[in-house]
Amino acid sequence: MNAQKLLELADDELILGWRNSEWTGIAPLLEEDVAFSSIAQNEIGHARAWYELAARELGTTADELAFDRQPDEYRCSTLVQLRLVPDWARTIARHCVYERSDQARIEALKQSEDAEVAGLAAKIDREEAYHRMHAEMWSERLKDEPRFSAALEELEPLFDVRDEHVPEFAALWEEMTMVRRSVAGATW
Amino acid sequence: MIYEVFRQERKGQAFAHAGSVEAPNEEFAEAYAREQYGRRGESTALWIAPREALHEIEDFVDELGRNYHRVDGYPLKEKLGRARERAEAARAR
Repeated sequence: MNAQKLLELADDELILGWRNSEWTGIAPLLEEDVAFSSIAQNEIGHARAWYELAARELGTTADELAFDRQPDEYRCSTLVQLRLVPDWARTIARHCVYERSDQARIEALKQSEDAEVAGLAAKIDREEAYHRMHAEMWSERLKDEPRFSAALEELEPLFDVRDEHVPEFAALWEEMTMVRRSVAGATW
Repeated sequence: MIYEVFRQERKGQAFAHAGSVEAPNEEFAEAYAREQYGRRGESTALWIAPREALHEIEDFVDELGRNYHRVDGYPLKEKLGRARERAEAARAR
């Protein structure tokens, strides 16, 4: 599989995981805090797995791909870049939009001729099933809430938009790569 | 709403109370219980029940002090000692 496509996928998962983890400690209720943080962690785990495949093709490492690229090299969708804290309705809307679009993408990857890609997609899909369950139960609960419907409408078209970064992506990149940049080339 | 969560550590073992989760309905309770008590592979199964569904009994009346109902009602140490003494005396005869 094309390394650039793998990077798209990995970047989506890393940045979404990062954005979702901004809710850790401030989610609307404690149980949700734990659940949403766990989902965020899973997404970052998926990113690592995709980065490792890409890294082998590109002759680098997962860490370098995740943290040592310049901001304009990240190929993630506009949808995952948006900073939505403290708007829970929009956060859940993004979660729903992402999980639905990601499901179609993962389904296609499971049919990949590359056995490694197909295997990884199947493995990730088994974990995503719980994310989808979580997204669906929230969407059921918020479906009559106008803020939620408006957010769905706003965010749905953004999954396939990858041509440029939203302004708040710069601050995310600054923070996400801060430690790596502070001691360049260090081994941890 | 509070849901009580019970977890089974290994197949075949008894379920033990794990803790509780607060959730608006059963579906949320299931998702939250999964995250809190299952995501580290620490459980093979969970039981989730609304707290109101559990019947608690905490009054155990024993007005007459019937200690023979309890395992600690028969202190055996002294009795065994006496039995041993009798056995030894019998052997000596």
